[in-house]
Amino acid sequence: MTDSWQRGAMCEISFTINGQATTLQVHPMERLLDVLRHELQLTGTKEGCGEGECGSCSILMDGTLVNSCLVPALQANSSSITTIEGLTDESGAKALQQAFLDCGAAQCGICTPGMILAAHHLLRKNPRPSTDEIREGLAGNLCRCTGYMQIVEAVAETGRGGASK
Amino acid sequence: MRAHPSEYQLLAPGSLSEVVSLLAQDPGKWLPIAGGTDLMVQYSTGKLPARNLVSIWNLPELRQIENLPGEIRIGAGCTFTELRNHSAIQREFSLLATAAGWIGGIANQNRGTIGGNIVNASPAADSLPALLVYDADLLLVSQRGQRRIPYSTFHVDYRKTQLAPDELIRAVCITKQFSEYYARARKVGARNAQAISKVCLAALGRIASGVIADIRLAMGSVAPVPLRLTATERVLQGKRVEPALVDLARATAAAEVKPIDDIRSTARYRAAVAGNLVAEFLQQLRANGTAK
Amino acid sequence: MEGRDKVTGRARYVDDMELPDMLFGATVRSRIPRGRIKQISFGAGINWQEFVIVSAKDIPGKNCIALIDDDQPCLADGVVNHPEEAILLLAHPDRHLLPKAVEAVTVEYEPLPAIFSIEDSESRAQTIWGADNIFKSYLIEKGDVDSIWQNAAHIVEGEYTTGAQEQLYIENNGMIAQFDVAKGITVWGSLQCPFYIHKALMKLLDLPADRVRVVQMETGGAFGGKEEYPSMIAAHAALLAIKSGKPVKIIYDRMEDMAATTKRHPSRTRHRTAVSKDGRILGGEIDFVIDGGAYKTLSPVVLSRGAIHAGGAYLWPSVRIRAKAVATNMPPHGAFRGFGAPQSLFALERHMDRIAEVVGVSAEEIRRINFLRTGQTTTTEQLVNEPIDLNKLLHRALDLSGYHAKKKRFAANNQRDGHKKGLGIATFLHGAGFTGSGERFLGSVVGVQACADGSVQVLVSSTEFGQGTKTVLCQIAAEALGLRYSDVGIAQPDTGNVPNSGPTVASRTVMVVGKLVQSAALGIKQTLMISGKIGDSYSADEFRAECRSHVAEHGTFRSLAQYHQPENIFWDDEKYRGSAYATFAWAVYVAEVSIDPVTYAVSVDDFVALQEVGKVLHPVLAQGQIIGGVVQGIGFALYEKVIWKNGRMENGQMTNYIIPTSADLPSIRVYFEELGNVHGAYGAKGIGELPMDGPAPAVVNAIGDALGVSFNFVPLLPEDIFHSLHEKALQDNALHPVRGER
Repeated sequence: MTDSWQRGAMCEISFTINGQATTLQVHPMERLLDVLRHELQLTGTKEGCGEGECGSCSILMDGTLVNSCLVPALQANSSSITTIEGLTDESGAKALQQAFLDCGAAQCGICTPGMILAAHHLLRKNPRPSTDEIREGLAGNLCRCTGYMQIVEAVAETGRGGASK
Repeated sequence: MRAHPSEYQLLAPGSLSEVVSLLAQDPGKWLPIAGGTDLMVQYSTGKLPARNLVSIWNLPELRQIENLPGEIRIGAGCTFTELRNHSAIQREFSLLATAAGWIGGIANQNRGTIGGNIVNASPAADSLPALLVYDADLLLVSQRGQRRIPYSTFHVDYRKTQLAPDELIRAVCITKQFSEYYARARKVGARNAQAISKVCLAALGRIASGVIADIRLAMGSVAPVPLRLTATERVLQGKRVEPALVDLARATAAAEVKPIDDIRSTARYRAAVAGNLVAEFLQQLRANGTAK
Repeated sequence: MEGRDKVTGRARYVDDMELPDMLFGATVRSRIPRGRIKQISFGAGINWQEFVIVSAKDIPGKNCIALIDDDQPCLADGVVNHPEEAILLLAHPDRHLLPKAVEAVTVEYEPLPAIFSIEDSESRAQTIWGADNIFKSYLIEKGDVDSIWQNAAHIVEGEYTTGAQEQLYIENNGMIAQFDVAKGITVWGSLQCPFYIHKALMKLLDLPADRVRVVQMETGGAFGGKEEYPSMIAAHAALLAIKSGKPVKIIYDRMEDMAATTKRHPSRTRHRTAVSKDGRILGGEIDFVIDGGAYKTLSPVVLSRGAIHAGGAYLWPSVRIRAKAVATNMPPHGAFRGFGAPQSLFALERHMDRIAEVVGVSAEEIRRINFLRTGQTTTTEQLVNEPIDLNKLLHRALDLSGYHAKKKRFAANNQRDGHKKGLGIATFLHGAGFTGSGERFLGSVVGVQACADGSVQVLVSSTEFGQGTKTVLCQIAAEALGLRYSDVGIAQPDTGNVPNSGPTVASRTVMVVGKLVQSAALGIKQTLMISGKIGDSYSADEFRAECRSHVAEHGTFRSLAQYHQPENIFWDDEKYRGSAYATFAWAVYVAEVSIDPVTYAVSVDDFVALQEVGKVLHPVLAQGQIIGGVVQGIGFALYEKVIWKNGRMENGQMTNYIIPTSADLPSIRVYFEELGNVHGAYGAKGIGELPMDGPAPAVVNAIGDALGVSFNFVPLLPEDIFHSLHEKALQDNALHPVRGER
């Protein structure tokens, strides 16, 4: 690091990430996305735009879907975070992930972690969403490969297959 | 990511009184940040001038919605998701619930706050026209005390507000007096979701004895500040909704707004669509009469 | 096969990879469109000692990104020819410091006048490339064009333009480079064509083939946008790695990627068509021009495909197609799905509707009258030698979309409804594989290898970036060998390990490369059969056991197959005549739209995509390709506008460059027909690009049907529709003032 910068103070944040309690020293304005990817090597969460438009960086913070590129690290203090790496353990997510595979909902895969987080979040609140509700629920996640239809189908199929827990 | 985190300071005192005290110590030094959906974009693109921020995210004092007998008091830290899902807001102030659903994407609704939308003061902000037609008041708080001002006086000029450097918005207060009104809001963006508005309308109307008893029209993205279309309202007050009046209202609204050409749209388009939105509202108002 | 890692977040893209001691790189870029560099100064507030700085003089070999020509510099050397042109490279261990450092570099220029449009380039307001601003031109002639005009009942003219389109892969461009004196340079990145980069780095760094290695990481979308550009970013990472002695990672952010990298070529097409009284095309002249930006890059090839497709799926007894790619001071335009065909086919399909109007027949009828039939020839005199029945295809598509009933209903309802509704048709073709002698020059080689554990591995340089390359090529190998899908794997595309099966472009992978995979796989089988190890029928486990023992006994067990041009495919590069493509896929698309009278916004309410594709090898993947392509085509038509200012993209953020969200689209209804294809694996034709050609003209034709106003450009935004209707209303009022109007 160069000397000519005035260093902002680091801070300590403690949170639970994918069920594991973690404490880190970070700059408070470090983006949560960068903390996940670079401090914790959880590279499943992606950066597509850095402006909260594409949803590739979607995670759950205290059970709520947020764009991690817009969350300063300090605001994640004392929260419970779930990333795509942590989602495999939840039984509802497994069905959703399988539906994605069966329906061809992942092409290049870069939007997929965020899409699955958003879909999982939707299904938790609305276990049997209609097509319109799915489209609205995923409207904050951009995909350039699929044209969305097979993603919507995967989510609908998961909903039909039974409520996700 | 075009900012260096080490150049920034962010504190999270954890209570409203501590935040307010910090703001008082050094007015203008500390920029409050709530959900960050606007400020973090500026930060990421290297365009945030402020270097010292204070977090007001999740302050319990700011995150309550109080359903009082005569008014509803919405904490400035309430997220758009909270607004959308609140039954009293859906019932009494549907324009606000609708606008909350316009904010781009569920993830951004989960973090964006009504206070942030107001203070950021973009003329394109989705929730502001609703606040104008509802005659909302703002409760502003500082170490010096609390004051209540009509929201209509809050915006002074393009991105310039009445907020003093040591002040925060504590709550938005809306009097419950609109249950008899017909309410419609519509946003025109480049796509159906996740779009900055090109024009948006929040409208309330009430017909009694066949004529317009009251009409309130407010628009975003058509002036440096959110705009109440008072000239158009004047032309409509007390009149019967008929084709000639609709055309007059359309033309008056198109002339009353002061839009610009920008990266998203053109002035002429915005003006024409503004007129069309008003005309459409009048037709819906007539069809639905006094029904809500 | 591609999927499991992707749905669990385990798939590794280039930015997920780190090497020990790695530096981050960034690029100082031109802020002006054209000029001479007078001075470069390094500002205060940065400790420049900590930075690695690379300029053109650090380039060991030739300062160029070798492609068709060597005209594009890797780093500007005294002169810049477009905004965002790379001038200097910086590297530092702290990733967050780089944007600030880039801002602190000040470049002083002596600006030169710049040009930004096809018209300015043609007029030679400035000559900015070569002697005449022309990168390439083609002339395609058939029949006797000069004789058709005097007998024509109608002469129909039209001019059609298309704007730039950003590929907007959700993963930005990125590369990691590492240099080792013994091993040479290795790059890992997000890319489509490992051997393009390999060739470019050899020339730039003056290294032999075995000291350049290119490895493809999981790639988050490409669509052509990572065909040629990755050579540039690889070159930059490599130069920094060499100078610093450390690995260097360069990842663009969205703003940089949008502003600095390639986009679809803007185009202008002029049609002049002689038509008989009953609507038969007698012939015509087609003038097709694309804007290539500041350097040649791939423009000649885009031009070629656009020119060859300019006549579409119709019979042209006589035609003269003049095609040109011209230079402007914009960042070079490049490959994007469709590659010239979406541009020329947009013009043609709009023009067919215009011809129908002039002649007084329906949009459907004009196409029926002029469809190519088996035994007839295309504009390049390629024989249509398969039993394609376009009339039947059209009939089926119209049936599926409920076209006739809806047309009637809309016509009636549009009289009184504010919301106008309309339907539009596009009928078209797309040539699969490289043009003409392209495949022969490539001479693609494919390998199939039996591994020590008895599994079989496909060795290709063809890359996966969402289209299902891995799945389908493994499926083909498994099918050829009678194995289970789980018995077959595919090697990571690594130029140190796989043969050059050609670039992953031109919808060639399943068809051309797949067929070679089939051959190479059969080679493994033959070896085992000849040595008596297996008979005519065997189980998968038996096969595996024999592979295991063969490897144990003989070592590497690999079969290679190389492309040989089929005997009956002739192409004349001089006259641009003959069999341009091994095969065509054919399609009919029908779009249903409604226009909101309040906002002038267009909503696509239904979309039918029917195509003949040889053979559908994998239904889910095939459907995914069509839907994805149709949605990109709808974006091209209605949403995706690049806003230029002095040659620079102004709206380079996802907030302001608009692609459809899930809430903007109808269900896209996809249907297939299969005629087979002798030149393709298991009868398949390439389909990756086909769906890009139809949506824009189908949608704009539908808008014309709804409003009675012709639009001849894309993107077509609500503002454009409003301005046009407003102009028309003013004109109507001037002619027929409404009584009693205030």
